[in-house]
Amino acid sequence: MPFVPHTPEDIRDMLAVIGAPTTEALFDEIPAALKCGALADVPAAVPEMEIVRIMRARAAQDDTLLNFCGAGAYERHIPAAVWEITTRGEFYSAYTPYQAEASQGTLQLLYEFQSMMCTLTGMDVSNASMYDGASALAEAVLMAVRLKAPAGDARVLVPAGVNPRYRQVLHTLVDNRGVQVVEAAFDAAHGTCVLPPEAGEIAAVVIPQPNFFGTLEDVDALTDWAHARGALVIAAVDPVALALLKPPSAWGAEGADICCGDGQSLGAPLSFGGPYFGFLTCRQKLVRQMPGRIVGRTVDVEGKPGYTLTLQAREQHIRRARATSNICTNQGLLVTAATIHMALLGPDGLQRVAEASVANTRALAERLCAIPGVRRVFDATQPFNEAVLRLPQAAAPVLEQLAAQGVLGGIELGSYYPSLKDCILTCATEVRTAEDMECYVRTLSGILAA
Amino acid sequence: MTEKLIFELSRPGRRAAAQAPLSHVAVDVPAALRRRTAPALPEVSELQAVRHYTRLSRLNFGIDTNFYPLGSCTMKYNPRACNQLAMLPGFLGHHPLAPARCSQGVLACLYELQDILMHVTGMAGVSLAPMAGAQGEFAGVKMVAAYHAARGDTARDEIIVPDAAHGTNPATASMVGLKVREIPTDAAGDIDLDALRAAVGPRTAGIMLTNPSTLGVFERHIADIAKIVHDAGGLLYYDGANLNAILGRVRPGDMDFDVLHMNLHKTFSTPHGGGGPGAGAVGVSKRLLPYLPLPFVAQDAGGSFRMLDESDRPHSIGRLSAFAGNVGVLLRAYVYSRLLGRDGMRRVSEFATLNANYLAARLAQRGFELAFPKRRCSHEFIVTLKKQKEELGLTATDVAKRLLDYGYYAPTIYFPLLIPECLLIEPTETEDKDTLDAFADALCSIWDEAKADMAKLHGAPWTQPVRRLDDVRAARHLDIAWKPAVVEAGV
Repeated sequence: MPFVPHTPEDIRDMLAVIGAPTTEALFDEIPAALKCGALADVPAAVPEMEIVRIMRARAAQDDTLLNFCGAGAYERHIPAAVWEITTRGEFYSAYTPYQAEASQGTLQLLYEFQSMMCTLTGMDVSNASMYDGASALAEAVLMAVRLKAPAGDARVLVPAGVNPRYRQVLHTLVDNRGVQVVEAAFDAAHGTCVLPPEAGEIAAVVIPQPNFFGTLEDVDALTDWAHARGALVIAAVDPVALALLKPPSAWGAEGADICCGDGQSLGAPLSFGGPYFGFLTCRQKLVRQMPGRIVGRTVDVEGKPGYTLTLQAREQHIRRARATSNICTNQGLLVTAATIHMALLGPDGLQRVAEASVANTRALAERLCAIPGVRRVFDATQPFNEAVLRLPQAAAPVLEQLAAQGVLGGIELGSYYPSLKDCILTCATEVRTAEDMECYVRTLSGILAA
Repeated sequence: MTEKLIFELSRPGRRAAAQAPLSHVAVDVPAALRRRTAPALPEVSELQAVRHYTRLSRLNFGIDTNFYPLGSCTMKYNPRACNQLAMLPGFLGHHPLAPARCSQGVLACLYELQDILMHVTGMAGVSLAPMAGAQGEFAGVKMVAAYHAARGDTARDEIIVPDAAHGTNPATASMVGLKVREIPTDAAGDIDLDALRAAVGPRTAGIMLTNPSTLGVFERHIADIAKIVHDAGGLLYYDGANLNAILGRVRPGDMDFDVLHMNLHKTFSTPHGGGGPGAGAVGVSKRLLPYLPLPFVAQDAGGSFRMLDESDRPHSIGRLSAFAGNVGVLLRAYVYSRLLGRDGMRRVSEFATLNANYLAARLAQRGFELAFPKRRCSHEFIVTLKKQKEELGLTATDVAKRLLDYGYYAPTIYFPLLIPECLLIEPTETEDKDTLDAFADALCSIWDEAKADMAKLHGAPWTQPVRRLDDVRAARHLDIAWKPAVVEAGV
């Protein structure tokens, strides 16, 4: 019996104490007509050695592609120590630290995480994580709406340069709350946000930096424009890029109000899309609108410093229907990995990673553009962590052929942006080498020449 | 036993040199956009980081180190095979936007998991998209709203929630823009059917139920409840937080639920990770199939798998994450479900229930008061310390804190809110009889201590890294981020 320790004697003795004849009798309050029999359609048990064989075969079955695809999930070097420590049972098998005295490890780590996200984004407050970057964006929008339009029926300006998948999730998560998402177009030469001439009343403006196309927005101008209209500014950022780019707190005259993003680049493996984690930081004055767990430092009865969950009156287990969010379980283990990851890289290491990613992406774009017919789309500006390239033929079949030859070349953009038909979004992070890029160039040249 | 902050170990210029690219590369970034002052991340060696976080880990209780009977959280053993196999390089290195043709291995696992969960719950379809229980609840209630909206039944703006429900239920209803209507529980722990009859009507979108409820008993009138709600035009939502209690015994689909979420980090033993990641797969009956959240996996006639998208499922409530949810968690749940198999799943509920009823009986024998002494326990049960509070001033908090000294994580306390001074105890099926006996002895011994010396209880814990913490101070004098001693100007 996998994972059940009971011997026949145990069962007998336990039933005697309970006063039940059989274990089946313990279910006697369930109406008989509702009970199911054997779960015939569920497979029979396999021993560990068999599931090892199955899983190894399946992991091996999935082609290992030379990866030039980002679009919100980046292949990065994760220091060996990160997951060695993260999967220690004391972190792995604990839960939300309700009993603070027996959870100081998780709590102190979360406090360190919050501190790291605050210094990275320049904000005063960080929570202990959201599910992913997309849901963090939706929660940031809901925060802004609670502040600016408590009755609901608010409009939020979201540039088309925000990851289209984030925008899809945003719709799912805010549609029922009377929030109207107004899209701002992008400039054909730069790929940056074009502000609408007549914005009307808006509660918040989302500003991506860098945007989905891998170009840098004029965050100062956008922030000042939003604040001049009484809107809150939500910065949607890449945490690695923040090692090079000024923090949202320094955008424009007053700085952004809320900052969010996906933490995948901080220690989470690609893992076919998850688990990653979302981060959410904000100004001190917005702290009571923050959803999710927050850890605070305090003292115990002897005056010794310690850590505890705080401001819980915002949360669902206290405030129920009036909570800031329904979030309960977050992405704790990924935050554990991220905290160790950031500690190992430090400010200098993170900056090197960011620089290498930009340099490699620029080098890749340049090399690919040497292939006849391939050209950069937003060529009025330099690419940052991603590049948009137009191919001389339909993008999707080319990407399919690249994958068949072992190269994950990026994603096609036409299905999200009709004006970017035949275009791909591609990148090279710090792990890609000159040989890797040469392989991409050679493979793509061959396909386009055929 | 306190540990310095990682920031306090930091020295300018120190670094874990092996971790990052060898050197800086100059990259041209417009001056107005460039960061001027480096973030105040710690500058430590690899050994310092490893030692620090290893030491922090040792300040935690986890299932791997301590009995962790946290009610409603199903803190069962997390098999190591699940972790190791989900972390095979082929899975970890796989980009979420890789073509389906190159992703058949991981898609096969997800497809089979959908299938297993569908059969085990008796539902018509399953999506693995939600990233935690609360997100599963959101998806479920949004599907209920979408169903009514599609029928033009737009007056249904109320969700009925029992007073014993998890806080996420009412919070979720609000997030979907619905109003919460709370109904009471009767003295036996079942829902008050008269109150339910009075509550349902043309505004009822549905009811959210946990069964067994958070009171640790099976809702015996479930068939009546289903009829009352369905007759009123509402749908039934099953909160799967307590699915461990009934796995392979009774299926939510057979109880006539229309939609449910499962907490795979509970019932399917994926790690709780100090607060996640979870996974909140949703299952639906036939009439809600069109609304399932995206993406989920389908198999085509040729046997290959792919993720369905908006063009396949135009009526879907949409996406909940940028990619495919917490895939790594789902792989762990898949491995677990294969290791258990169909008979193992029935044994989960069998021994979870045996353990709970045994521990409850032992404690009752020794004078503890059960909240529902006449009822059969499900996989968890409630002890109320009302009597001890009145006689000795002993509170649930005192007992919880003292249990830590005995080496046990505390049960859930003060939830459900209906029961005074309560401990919600969930031992799970993976604990052996000796552990349960020792835990019962510890509770008895704590009660004895309370009779002799209450100060020992009010002061507990005594053996942990910290004593009781000042939560009021934590909230009033917010210190939620470390700040460098000298703040440099210019950022």
